[in-house]
Amino acid sequence: MSELHLTTLMPFVYTLVVPFFYKYIRRIHTGWFVLPLPILLFVYLIKHISLVARGKPIIHSVPWIPSLGINYTINIDGLALIFGLIISGIGALVVLYSIYYLSKDREALQNFYVYLLLFMGAMLAVVFSDNIIVLYLFWELTSISSFLLIAYWYQRKSSRYGAQKALLITMFGGFLMLGGFLLLANVTGTFSIGEMILQAGKIKEHPVFLPAMLLILLGAFTKSAQFPFHIWLPDAMEAPTPISAYLHSATMVKAGIYLIARFTPIFGGNMAWFWAVSGIGLFTLFWGAFSAIRQRDLKAVLAYSTVSQLGMITCLLGLGSVAMYYGPGESSALYTSAILAAIFHLLNHSTFKGCLFMVVGIIDHQTGTRDIRRLGGLMNLMPVTFTLAVIGSFSMAGLPPFNGFLSKEMFFTSVLNASHLDIFHMETWGIMFPVIAWTASVFTFIYCMIIVFKTFTGKYHPQKLERKINEASWGLLLPPALLALLVVLFFFFPNVLARYLLIPAMASVLPDFGKTGFVVDPIEAWHGWTPELLMTIGIVAIGTLMFVYLRKWISIYARLPVQFSLNNMYDQLLVKTEAFSARLTRAYMTGFVRDYLLYIFAFFVVVLGGIMLFLDTFAYDPAANNPISIYEIILALAMVVCALMVLFARTRLVAIIGVGVMGYLVAMFFVVFRAPDLALTQLVVETVTTVLFLLCFYFLPELKEEAGSIGLRATNLAVAAGVGVIVTAMALSAQGNRLFAPISWFFENSYELAGAKNIVNAILVDFRGFDTMFEILVFSIAGLGVYTLIKLLTRRDQE
Amino acid sequence: METLMSVIIGVLFAIGVYLLLAKSLLRIILGTSIIAHGTHLLIITMGGLKSGAPALLGKKAAAFTDPLPQALILTAIVINFALTAFLLVLAYRAYLTLGTDNMEQLRSSKNE
Repeated sequence: MSELHLTTLMPFVYTLVVPFFYKYIRRIHTGWFVLPLPILLFVYLIKHISLVARGKPIIHSVPWIPSLGINYTINIDGLALIFGLIISGIGALVVLYSIYYLSKDREALQNFYVYLLLFMGAMLAVVFSDNIIVLYLFWELTSISSFLLIAYWYQRKSSRYGAQKALLITMFGGFLMLGGFLLLANVTGTFSIGEMILQAGKIKEHPVFLPAMLLILLGAFTKSAQFPFHIWLPDAMEAPTPISAYLHSATMVKAGIYLIARFTPIFGGNMAWFWAVSGIGLFTLFWGAFSAIRQRDLKAVLAYSTVSQLGMITCLLGLGSVAMYYGPGESSALYTSAILAAIFHLLNHSTFKGCLFMVVGIIDHQTGTRDIRRLGGLMNLMPVTFTLAVIGSFSMAGLPPFNGFLSKEMFFTSVLNASHLDIFHMETWGIMFPVIAWTASVFTFIYCMIIVFKTFTGKYHPQKLERKINEASWGLLLPPALLALLVVLFFFFPNVLARYLLIPAMASVLPDFGKTGFVVDPIEAWHGWTPELLMTIGIVAIGTLMFVYLRKWISIYARLPVQFSLNNMYDQLLVKTEAFSARLTRAYMTGFVRDYLLYIFAFFVVVLGGIMLFLDTFAYDPAANNPISIYEIILALAMVVCALMVLFARTRLVAIIGVGVMGYLVAMFFVVFRAPDLALTQLVVETVTTVLFLLCFYFLPELKEEAGSIGLRATNLAVAAGVGVIVTAMALSAQGNRLFAPISWFFENSYELAGAKNIVNAILVDFRGFDTMFEILVFSIAGLGVYTLIKLLTRRDQE
Repeated sequence: METLMSVIIGVLFAIGVYLLLAKSLLRIILGTSIIAHGTHLLIITMGGLKSGAPALLGKKAAAFTDPLPQALILTAIVINFALTAFLLVLAYRAYLTLGTDNMEQLRSSKNE
């Protein structure tokens, strides 16, 4: 266990303590006890920045299941560190914010913080783990903690619906991703991502390259809410706002992006990867921005905007993967900058979106609503909140002097570069990229304006609100203010950030390039009158016009058919699946014991018969047979006759006598087979059993002809005959197959070991004494059962 | 000998299973008894038949039959006895309480 392991697992340890804080120290908000942990983690991770920036990844390994090659290896490289800082940094701010957001008197805080810490620990483990199995494990744990947090107010139906949707979609992707992981592990023979990257060439030539890639991408797309899996994210907004700010905009939804970035060294440079990642990303960017405008709930606007921004980052990662096609050198510098833009925007998005979510949370907290139609004119009442909203929104819209402007410009540079590509069919489709990106950015601009101006300007409607509006307390304002400060700082000092965080992260996305050093232009706000700047100006001009005349064209949303919407399809799928499985279950769970027995025996026949047929395990060796004497043939014939007699018996007495005779015949077989103890026991037991049968049959009704259709009987007969054949085949094979030497010689020492001359008795009472003891126990339980069943009856009769 | 025994065991199992699938409770109990007989014979047949003297050291024989299957069967006989006794009393009790020994009428009407 290294210090690193202990630190990253601290949140899990902390979850054990938090409920006690809540239970015993109710006067102080539980959040204050949680707050130091993310802060400490953040500071601890900051210490590693300089080491990682010098290109020294930090690797520590703890064996977990060494026999399977599963080790808990922590690998902190540039990419992991950026995520680690976001997780712990935003985590600290969110905890601080939640202290003022959630009332300590009304809310179940212990649940909230336990889930939150569970998530924090899991997410840190996801980004730090080098082992894909460990990664998968914690990946699913983030889905589960997200589920718990969305359903935090579980009394609400919509919370439960959203939680279930998020869980179903992300887990669906998670399972597929596991499949992809296992395919990769199968090819490379390792579970370590680092070692897989070294074998990237081998994977590229293997036929499983495409299936593994698609499976892993599905995992990433479901988690990062990419089209068409984005539908879970808006419903996840039922979670408390601090959670939306943390999980559903800053961290968890970026796990998919992390995965894409992490696997770029393995899959990058391939046409399918390029189109899947950048194409889906681009469309998600457009669709998210387009859908955001029709929303009435501020959080829903932000949810769709998160979908859209995640699409943009995904698209950038796809564009950047082209660099892998060209390999390190001058020609790929155009495309490596897309990776830089992706990582930069990832960080920027966490700052401005976190800030905006907290602002919306403040509005909700102070006014009691997030509905745009009820809000308006809050600017004078909440000036600080307004300022923060402007900073966040304008940054998201891509305006200076905020960090979103820089990364948006870099995004435009990347799509413009991509339109000049002459590989991967980009010569025909390349122009699509800047066009769609620009259109999407216009919509982005419009919804950013909606957030600011529909809420803070216009007419104030006090009659629509339930309470009087005040500015929020400093505790609620501080966390978004800190984020807003970062938004501005990143704009003025982007190159410091690039040197210590972004370029080391790039080095982990493109490891081959890191060795030779990147050709990176410094990030600047002013490049002169470039096409990118003209695009931004165009966005502002067209966007402003469209925002002003929003009323005129917003009706187009109403024309989109509802029944073809993805949400409707999801609901239908759920309903249909439930109905189908209910029907299926009803079809075979008939409630008749006979049917269940039939399934069991049919299964027995099919599985054992199948194994004997296909694995060629049936063996028959008549030479090993011992000779048969005439007595044995007579015994055998008698046995069969008795069995048939039982089968066709019309009266109870005949059947019972038949079974009794069979028992005695078995005893005689034992005599022939030189098992005197068995013969004696069998004689005694059979006598008692027959007496028991005779006692009971007096009370039982007369045997009736078995009614039932021919088909039913034929099935019974077929299954019964099948079992008979299989058992015979098994008995014969047991003779022919001697896999191991018998262990029976051991018992021939029974006189020395146990002082017994009768070996069978020695086994029962000495070598396997415990077995016999438990046998007696079973016997006693059966005896108790018999006694109780009879006694209970008489007592009821008396009543 | 082993081949003959294997065939008989198969016949016992087939008849036992057929009875087990019947509706009458008594037939089901008879079926379990027959399957039990078949199982005992199966175990002893798998161990090899008549390959030596009874497993008694006092006999000073050159070879003994395999004592391990015999020990297993001894346990099985006794357990089977307990099972049969319990099943019989259960059937008796069920019949007295519910007035039928037909499996199809013994179903509960709930949870369907």
